[in-house]
Amino acid sequence: MSSPILLAIEDLTVSFDGFKAVDGLNLYVERNEVRVVIGPNGAGKTTLLDLICGKTKASSGSIVFKDTELTKLVEHDIVKAGVGRKFQTPSIYENLSVRENLELSYPKGRTVFGSLFFKVTDKVMARVLEVAEDIFLSDRLDTSAGLLSHGQKQWLEIGMLLIQDPELLMLDEPVAGMSVSEREATAELLGRISKGRSVIVIEHDMDFVKDIAHRVTVLHQGKLLAEGKMDEVQKNEKVIEVYLGH
Amino acid sequence: MGGYTSQELTAIFVMQGFSGLSLFCVFLLMALGLAIIFGQMGVINMAHGEFLTLGAYITWMVSELATETWPWMQEFYFPLAVVLAFAGTFILGYLVEMLLIRRLYSRPLDTLLATWGLGLILQQIYRSTFGPREVSVVMPDWLMGSWAPTDIIDIPLNGLFVMGITSLMTLLVVILLYRSRWGIKVRATTQNRAMANAAGINTQRVDRFTFALGCGIAGVAGAAFTTIASTGPTTGSLYIVDTFLVVVFGGAASLLGTVVSAFGIAQSQSILEFFLSGSMAKVITLLTVVGILMFRPQGLFASKVRR
Amino acid sequence: MEKWIAAFGGRQRLWQLLALTVLLLVVLPLTLDVFRLNLVGKYLTYAFVAVGLVLCWGYGGILSLGQGVFFGIGGYCMAMFLKLEASSPENTSIQSTPGIPDFMDWNQITELPAMWMPFHSLTLTVLLILTVPALFAFLIGAAMFKRRVGGVYFAIITQAIASIATILIIGQQGYTGGINGITDLRTMLGWDIRPDSAKYLLYFLCCVLLIVCVLVGQFVLSSRYGKLLIAMRDQEDRVRFSGYDVANIKIFVFALAGVFSALGGAMFALQVGFMSPSFVGTVVSIEMVIFCAVGGRLSLIGAVYGALLVNLAKTMLSETFPQLWIVFMGALFIAVVLLFPRGLAGIYEDYVQPRVLALFSRKSKSKEGSDESAAQEAQS
Repeated sequence: MSSPILLAIEDLTVSFDGFKAVDGLNLYVERNEVRVVIGPNGAGKTTLLDLICGKTKASSGSIVFKDTELTKLVEHDIVKAGVGRKFQTPSIYENLSVRENLELSYPKGRTVFGSLFFKVTDKVMARVLEVAEDIFLSDRLDTSAGLLSHGQKQWLEIGMLLIQDPELLMLDEPVAGMSVSEREATAELLGRISKGRSVIVIEHDMDFVKDIAHRVTVLHQGKLLAEGKMDEVQKNEKVIEVYLGH
Repeated sequence: MGGYTSQELTAIFVMQGFSGLSLFCVFLLMALGLAIIFGQMGVINMAHGEFLTLGAYITWMVSELATETWPWMQEFYFPLAVVLAFAGTFILGYLVEMLLIRRLYSRPLDTLLATWGLGLILQQIYRSTFGPREVSVVMPDWLMGSWAPTDIIDIPLNGLFVMGITSLMTLLVVILLYRSRWGIKVRATTQNRAMANAAGINTQRVDRFTFALGCGIAGVAGAAFTTIASTGPTTGSLYIVDTFLVVVFGGAASLLGTVVSAFGIAQSQSILEFFLSGSMAKVITLLTVVGILMFRPQGLFASKVRR
Repeated sequence: MEKWIAAFGGRQRLWQLLALTVLLLVVLPLTLDVFRLNLVGKYLTYAFVAVGLVLCWGYGGILSLGQGVFFGIGGYCMAMFLKLEASSPENTSIQSTPGIPDFMDWNQITELPAMWMPFHSLTLTVLLILTVPALFAFLIGAAMFKRRVGGVYFAIITQAIASIATILIIGQQGYTGGINGITDLRTMLGWDIRPDSAKYLLYFLCCVLLIVCVLVGQFVLSSRYGKLLIAMRDQEDRVRFSGYDVANIKIFVFALAGVFSALGGAMFALQVGFMSPSFVGTVVSIEMVIFCAVGGRLSLIGAVYGALLVNLAKTMLSETFPQLWIVFMGALFIAVVLLFPRGLAGIYEDYVQPRVLALFSRKSKSKEGSDESAAQEAQS
């Protein structure tokens, strides 16, 4: 029987030269939950994602994902364990086509020799087409990724994560720089892809947050300020003072 | 250790130490110049050795003037030569930055190759202008001889002079970097170029000046070098690999690291040289440095700036 | 069939490779005398290194300024084998200790050092030529790439390693022949490598090996791994966060480049008849980078042409203008970096290739035209 908690962060701290970017944080994410993390700049949101995916090493504390202690693993092993991370600025392979971007992210043949002899089978091709449709890029498969619009690049990066089929998806400001219609499309996309997995999203657009969040966590100065459903959090006095304004 | 009395061992250490000190001084001056350029601009100047050579040749030219044409200059020509060496290499460095380095901004590996090519061209120019054989500087009287504090310790005066120049230069650089307006601009640009630009600092001009300054210091190293050995067209290139290691080992953005690293490497080589052959001493020193770098790639004193 | 063509670089690349093969195996041997052909053979051994650099530097973004070390490993292994054979007790009967190489005798060494023992056997020698560079590259690569050392730092350290290797070789005269290297190589398994007939054969062997290396390179680049190299060069973090161990990717390409360079070194020893530390150090290592850059750091075939042309120019210039060729080399470094960063291959792709393709497509267009009209007729 698997526990409902997918990700358990306990007493997580990281300090850069004395400055505590994340300070004794406790956070629990359940299966199939969409958790949005909000907070003012410098609150430690991106650092939190960095810590989970292994980009930054924690000074102390623990991150347990499905019974595995992530703080002991290297980045690519964390990915293989089922964690996908999208970066704030679209991090895609600009010199390759959309199709190639997705193919490269297919979760097989990830060793040196595996990749030397990897064949794009029908199965791989089918999956690529499937994901491309999900991310609204099926008519752009052979376009060079560098030529996509900003919003499309964001979608491509989400697609590159989707094709890995992660159980925990972490998105850092997925709608930054997107038009209103793109945001709506992304909200719908997130709704679709969060079925069967948990998603952590960092966002500033409150309307978007309301659309997608099951629960919201508010960070401030590396510590947990408030947590709960969006309307509860929006009414929280501390949150209003620190972040949302009047 | 091979039948020397402790007194003799001390003497050996001191004297090898001192010959190591002269080497240390040359390393340090070369490394200082390079560290400023690399730490500030991320530029690897493979022609740095050729600036040392230029400084040495300028010193030689002044010394020739003083001995052949204007003997009245004999006594004080040397400090003048140092200043001219600095000026000459500074100007050349300024031109090089303007014509070459500036165009290769943000392409460090390409800069490496281009400056290597520049080094080759400079070497050939030296060869054609000054001849392929080494030239020696005629030392003024007050630099010859040695100082003997005890019976068995004998310290050459030119070594002390080189130390003097080096300390002075290092002090000047520290003052410039930490106490002057230019220094603030340099440190701002190193830490956050975009922000420095936005704050109105002309980072291009800062770069140019920095590069020229680094080359100027190499010129002074060249002048100092003439007191230790003779100069040929390829003299500078002999030290370039070591100099890079010194810079990288010390932690490219740290002045203190450069000093410590230069001292450590020069001393290790010098002291080992007494007990092993010259080549093995160098090999062991370099291997140790490379080995340590493999475990600690950021060098001894890593900069705390998150790039 | 299509799959094989795609796996080895695609139709265009294979045609270009064929053109190179014809040039090397047919045109040059028919037009050049054996002396010049041998020279070309020597230049081609540098091409091995340049081809390796296309993979690890052009595509992988890893600039190694110490490929001479790998070249030297291959060269010295082969030279040691050949030297041992040339130092049979009969040949060296005048030495104070017969049966060991002459330079050891001059250095008062009385017994063959243990390090030389494996080189009595050709099989072991070839095995060592293929594995020692890979192992060495693996050690260096693992130490550095696992610690995320890259770019300029890596370049400087490889330069230092080349320097260390040179000093070591020169210093250990008794073991390595010192600064003069290992000379006076005569036979390989009884077959004399010095007469003209041998030079022809060795030239062909060298060409074939080089073409094999280029094919291996094409295979690597056309595979998913090849795309990974490009991806890693542009966006290393994303590759890492897609579940790949980036360090391993780098180690592999660095090791492959090392093995190619070692093969070049071995062919050098065979064709030129000696090996010395001047082919191991920093100067020659950086020169080999230029061969790669001039040819086009993103083109395997270009690298071969680059090695040939630069060396040709160097030989011609150093004969007529001995002072000038160093300046030429220096200017070439600067020019390649500033003016034509994609090298000759870039110039070819931009100016020559479109014309070549137009030529071929005009022929097929007329054929298409007649096909089309035939199809239209069939429809109506």
